[in-house]
Amino acid sequence: MSAPVLEVKGVTKAFGERQVLRGIDLTVGEHEAVALIGASGSGKSTLLRCIDLLEEIDDGDVFLDGEVITDPAVSPVAVRRRLGFVFQAYNLFPHMTALQNVMIGERHAHGARKAEAEERGRALMARFGLAGREDDRPDNLSGGQQQRVAIARAFAGKPRALLLDEVTSALDPELVGEVLAAVRDLKQAGMTMVIATHEMSFAREVADQVAFLHAGRILELGPPERVLEHPEREETRRFLGRLLAAGRI
Amino acid sequence: MTEAATIPASERRLEREAAKRRRSRRGAAIAALSSVLVIGGLAVLVLTSNGWPEVRETFFSWTEFKNAFGEVLSGFWLDVKVFMGVEVAVLVIALALALIRVSRSSGLFPLRLLSTVFVDVSRGIPTVLMVYLIGFGVPALQIVKPAPDPAILGAIALTISYSGYVSEVYRAGIRSVHRGQHDAALAVGLTHSQAMRLVILPQGIRRVAPPLLNDFISLQKDAALISIIGPVEAFRAAQIIQGENFNFTPLVAAALLYLAVTVPLARVVDRMGGTEGAVR
Ligand SMILES: Nc1ncnc2c1ncn2[C@@H]1O[C@H](COP(=O)(O)OP(=O)(O)O)[C@@H](O)[C@H]1O
Ligand SMILES: [Mg+2]
Repeated sequence: MSAPVLEVKGVTKAFGERQVLRGIDLTVGEHEAVALIGASGSGKSTLLRCIDLLEEIDDGDVFLDGEVITDPAVSPVAVRRRLGFVFQAYNLFPHMTALQNVMIGERHAHGARKAEAEERGRALMARFGLAGREDDRPDNLSGGQQQRVAIARAFAGKPRALLLDEVTSALDPELVGEVLAAVRDLKQAGMTMVIATHEMSFAREVADQVAFLHAGRILELGPPERVLEHPEREETRRFLGRLLAAGRI
Repeated sequence: MTEAATIPASERRLEREAAKRRRSRRGAAIAALSSVLVIGGLAVLVLTSNGWPEVRETFFSWTEFKNAFGEVLSGFWLDVKVFMGVEVAVLVIALALALIRVSRSSGLFPLRLLSTVFVDVSRGIPTVLMVYLIGFGVPALQIVKPAPDPAILGAIALTISYSGYVSEVYRAGIRSVHRGQHDAALAVGLTHSQAMRLVILPQGIRRVAPPLLNDFISLQKDAALISIIGPVEAFRAAQIIQGENFNFTPLVAAALLYLAVTVPLARVVDRMGGTEGAVR
């Protein structure tokens, strides 16, 4: 097996008194997709944000392509340029068009020329089914379209890995499919991903591994068939049972 | 729209639209009538008062108006130059102050402290007092010789006063932009200052444009304050003529000139407000 793209080792994180991550270990290999599941408040978003250096960790380290990125000497900006992040609430820039949203990283973070960035931006939008919506403001797009713009924006910087934080949770049910299709497309293209999600059937379909996060620890980690169908831990069984009762599986 | 044309209107819909038209006609009639009553009543009250003939002569004399207007207008030109210059300076300085105050970097700590003190002090001193202090204090220091033009000193005083206010308006705008915007800007690989320039400021400033222009309305009137340290702007020019002829019409002329620049701006502010949801 080739060297891992992402390695999380013993990461802890507290917000004031509240200990959110209590020692996380996770390895994500090249072209691998890891689904992060767990109850609301279990720390999924915090873990993804720590990997993208949007939060400062307290202890442990994160490695990207074998290099430590959580060292104070490492420039967080340079690290974020090698990663992509898709937010639950899209977080598109409302004062820019969809195309400008997709281009902004290329233009201003990666120093591409305008024509080049625009060509790539248009191609990416077409790839995610957004041809014709280039000049629309995010407000004029549906939630599903907005999230696909956000995925294109994150992907435009040619990231080594994509971090997706419950990218379908803010969507109306009938719009979930189109966004999942975009993620499936990325998986097929070989993108390395960490996907926080509540969509268990989707996790089963695209994830190579499922990590169950509970109270700041990864309690269970393994192939989806094992973790989702034959969970070993009582907490995992209870969590899946609750989802089942709520009709989410 | 095109679809509506193809759907034949039902009885019910025609009825509803007719009722709506009746209601809006009635509304317009009531508005017109009440306006005539209120404005007419006020006019009658003023025009039939015992003092009106005298007031008309001392405040609204057409001959005095024509006589004084030229000088008041040339005084007003100084007001215009002062407030335009101050507006540009305030926009730039206030933005710098706001950016320093929202910065986190420890290297900027001394600047941040100075900015906070500056904003507190400049907002806390009455503008008229600031004009007085700068207008007489700076020449007394004798740093530059000859002493600078009092109109410039007045403009500096107004700049100091208004930069404090406007920087707080900017700061409110910056803080109103959702934290997720900053996260997203960093996530696409922008630096903190790029995030500020490309993502936070364009949104924040747009949001506070109405209150910011409101401060400029008030600034355009306050240009008259520089007269207390000497410059003959519109108010002072009018006052001089009034002193010679014992007639207040020149001051009314000055008032009309101030209105001519503040009312259009007020209408602009009105138009801008309420574009983002809210109560219309
Ligand atoms: N910026 C923050 N300040 C304080 N507490 C936070 C912050 N972000 C997250 N938390 C807390 O951390 C815990 C985990 O949150 P989160 O990572 O968002 O969980 P999940 O994404 O799994 O729902 C929650 O209890 C939340 O209240
Ligand atoms: Mg979350």
